[in-house]
Amino acid sequence: MFDTRKLEKNLKRRKLVGKVSLLVCVASTLFGIVLLGVLLIDIVRDGYAYLDSQFLTSFPSRFPARAGIKSALWGSTWLIGCTALFSIPVGVGASIYLEEFAARNWFTRFIQLNIANLAAVPSIVYGMLGLVIFVRWLNLERSVISGALTMSLLILPTIIIASQEALKAIPDSIRFAALALGSSRWQMVRDHILPSAFPGMMTGVILAMSRAIGETAPLIMIGALTYVAFVPERLSDPFTALPIQIFNWASRPQHEFHNIAAAGIIVLLLLLLTMNAVAILSRNHFEREQH
Amino acid sequence: MPGENHPILETKDLNIAYGTLEAVRHINLSIPEKSITAIIGPSGCGKSTLLRAFNRMNEFIASVRTTGMVRFREQNIYETSVDVVSLRRAIGMVFQKPNPFPKTIFKNVAWGPRINGYPGSLQQRVEEALKKAALWDEVSDKLDQDGLSLSGGQQQRLCIARTIAMEPEVILMDEPCSALDPISTRRIEDLLFELKQRYTIVIVTHNMQQAARVSDHTAFMYQGELIEYGPTELIFTRPKVKQTEDYVTGKFG
Ligand SMILES: Nc1ncnc2c1ncn2[C@@H]1O[C@H](COP(=O)(O)OP(=O)(O)O)[C@@H](O)[C@H]1O
Ligand SMILES: [Mg+2]
Repeated sequence: MFDTRKLEKNLKRRKLVGKVSLLVCVASTLFGIVLLGVLLIDIVRDGYAYLDSQFLTSFPSRFPARAGIKSALWGSTWLIGCTALFSIPVGVGASIYLEEFAARNWFTRFIQLNIANLAAVPSIVYGMLGLVIFVRWLNLERSVISGALTMSLLILPTIIIASQEALKAIPDSIRFAALALGSSRWQMVRDHILPSAFPGMMTGVILAMSRAIGETAPLIMIGALTYVAFVPERLSDPFTALPIQIFNWASRPQHEFHNIAAAGIIVLLLLLLTMNAVAILSRNHFEREQH
Repeated sequence: MPGENHPILETKDLNIAYGTLEAVRHINLSIPEKSITAIIGPSGCGKSTLLRAFNRMNEFIASVRTTGMVRFREQNIYETSVDVVSLRRAIGMVFQKPNPFPKTIFKNVAWGPRINGYPGSLQQRVEEALKKAALWDEVSDKLDQDGLSLSGGQQQRLCIARTIAMEPEVILMDEPCSALDPISTRRIEDLLFELKQRYTIVIVTHNMQQAARVSDHTAFMYQGELIEYGPTELIFTRPKVKQTEDYVTGKFG
């Protein structure tokens, strides 16, 4: 039998420990939220006054009153669009091959290990790689396409790993059910695995895209320009991007430009939010449609 | 060999190993057409492994090594010339845990015929299969509901319907009732009697009453080996081997 007195004392202690742990967890969560809130408020207060249609439709300028974000906004849109176009098919394709088709041998294990390592490589290294391969070797210059290819390399490991996780989450019983009906592997993947894994894959892609839109270092490395007074019209045009433009403004001495930088940050955040919202809404829509 | 009917499946000195573990050893078994053959034996004796050898589902386990022969209508199914996709069309499988696709009841049944290019009316095919699986009356007005919304017993009958829709010759069942309540189990057992008019059924079960109730022939396995095989009645009333007797009378298991 338990010693009830001891048990009761013990129980009190356990409850106390439970309460303290809960408190610590809530405090950690609040810390993050409060910090984010303060940051947002600060940025909005600084930048709000500059955020008007003139700001969105003007090119950068030496004069704070005339400076705008048009070229950077378009540059980022081009960049992210092309990056998505390159990286999503390749990343998702690679994950499907590795999870659903490839034999489990030393070779695929080697590839797997490399992908995991590549995901941890600092982005500046991808910038150097992009500079050497795309800008110099392939002679693509400091163009939208060089930037998008570099960004694609950067986020490919993330997309592959996240998509693989989504595929791993589908129970084998579904695969066996399909195969036992006399289906080919591809029919099984196309009709049962991909529809079920799609929402999870989308989540990974959203995260990867969010990363790509905020990355600055590799773009500076491949030589995206800091002053661009035109909108890119084809893949081979030079470009700038939101984080580069923001960094440029923030590092100027005049105080007005700091506020303009804040306005630029608001635009970047809004673009990010819109992108994610569209992705999440279409994912939820798809989840409902699937059945 | 037992059975009046022609053997449809035959194994010759079949051995299956997972790495160094020899899960199934020296199995010689011949399964007659249009009848129910039960495979019984204690947990881990190799029943599922043997069953999966009949439609080559062991291939998805990386460490597996199969030697010997399995013949389906006189053809060795492990020969490289055999198309495993069409083999599985002819030899369907129902799994231990009901595993409907996360799709509508209709799509669950229609998918197999569709991907295999069934030329007729899918609507009709689905209805027929659901009727043969004794599920039609319960689902005819909700074919567009998710298959997973059904009860466990209904889900398992949906899986049987899905298999039947392919018009296979053999249906392999791996403890199809182990996750079901007694009433659902009873319904599936009744269904088996219907099905054996048209199909050959091989059913793995660790439930001896079930084997005794439904099967025509029973194979008793122990530690990877086939101990005794014969007409169910003989296995349960006058087994030749002591181990079989001990098992069917519940002395171990
Ligand atoms: N995928 C597997 N990998 C390795 N060993 C396995 C695997 N499946 C089954 N085994 C082993 O093979 C033996 C037979 O298993 P199984 O055929 O599942 O038996 P039963 O269905 O009679 O319970 C057991 O010892 C089991 O541990
Ligand atoms: Mg088993």
